[in-house]
Amino acid sequence: MPNKLHRHPPNPQASASASFEGVVLPHLDAAYNLARWLARDDTDAQDVVQEALLRALRYYASFHGGDARVWLLAIVRNTFYSLRMKVPADGVHEAFDDEMHAPPDEQPGPEAQTLLALDVGSLQRALENLPHPLREAIVLRELEECSYKEIASITGQKIGTVMSRLARARERLRLELSCPSKEARQHDVP
Amino acid sequence: MMCHDARLLLHAYLDDELDAAQSVAMTRHMQACADCTAHYADFAQLRQAMTQGSLYRRAPDALRAQWTAAMPAAAAPASSPRPRRAPIALAMAAGFAAALLFATPLWFYASRQQAGGADTGLSEVVSSHIRSLQQQHLMDVVSTDQHTVKPWFDGKLDFAPRVKDLAGAGYPLVGGRLDALEGHSVAALVYKHGLHIINLYQWPVSTDAADTAATQWHGYNVLCWTRGRMRYVAVSDLNQSELRQFVLAFQDDATPVMR
Repeated sequence: MPNKLHRHPPNPQASASASFEGVVLPHLDAAYNLARWLARDDTDAQDVVQEALLRALRYYASFHGGDARVWLLAIVRNTFYSLRMKVPADGVHEAFDDEMHAPPDEQPGPEAQTLLALDVGSLQRALENLPHPLREAIVLRELEECSYKEIASITGQKIGTVMSRLARARERLRLELSCPSKEARQHDVP
Repeated sequence: MMCHDARLLLHAYLDDELDAAQSVAMTRHMQACADCTAHYADFAQLRQAMTQGSLYRRAPDALRAQWTAAMPAAAAPASSPRPRRAPIALAMAAGFAAALLFATPLWFYASRQQAGGADTGLSEVVSSHIRSLQQQHLMDVVSTDQHTVKPWFDGKLDFAPRVKDLAGAGYPLVGGRLDALEGHSVAALVYKHGLHIINLYQWPVSTDAADTAATQWHGYNVLCWTRGRMRYVAVSDLNQSELRQFVLAFQDDATPVMR
């Protein structure tokens, strides 16, 4: 019977902190995963999640149903970028130009599958070397299994942008993983 | 379809985000183009490697523990009758230690309130109500039979609670439970109204001040009254007038008290 009791539509301003626990906290792993991949550091990721959850709690009254995971991930993402702005020491501003990062026009390459170094270490390094806009897209897609539409609403981009960023992210990963040593030096990004 | 278009659509194809027509076009193109097929195989391989799980970063236990434990703790310190969001947020920001720091003065404040106030331990009552809504916490004795609920309390409390079935008024009794409020054991009766749950707490008091106080706390409505040397507190997410109807039905001497 207690199961049934949960199903009645929650009075919006009622049960704020009670339902926060049930609605938002189940997505803690997703929040941390995104924060960890954006921040590339355990401590920073925890700070981001901590701050994001506080914001989520503060804005919880304005959350009117919908997908709590998408809602929370958007907050995590915004929190990460706003915290990063506050720390100028970190301040390599990646002004991301979608045009600039267009994939190189490839020569008609060998018609064979490329040999990719797909061990966890290489993958992790390659992912961490991606610029933030590409990294968040690919992490949301492959690790969180978000749809394009969900990624678009988390990142505030158009679906077309999401699609081309994912394409670029994968092209770069593929390049980097097929010749790791050269690419690693070339893309030694912040 | 040209290779140039295919290179972009390849990813949407891999992600299963293409509509049927585009999907068919992609399949057809790949049948003809070995280059794109090889690319596709690369990306499929990449995806498989990424989704194997070792790249997923789960939240550390400490973080999880902090938040799951902080929620009930956070509800308690804000012991003032007004909903105060900011202190809750701050208390959680500073974690447990700070939560305790915040809690201590507020408890003093709350206990001073208790001495002279009508809104006695309001937050405690609401917290208890919220806790009771969590699974398996609502009822110790589950019964729609009023004759089961009342005897169940025998020997568990140092007083005999007033138990009424208000099914006739639209508030069927669904069970009862022992609870503790302000340091004493109280009887909690659980009523339903539609899908809403009403917790009715009662415990004996020495004075018989006939005040009825209605308050709201975090969106829950709370009605307190004292009658026959018993303190009653009804909590629910029902709106205030509905909760008042319930209280009137309970107070109505025409409905029989269970023996």
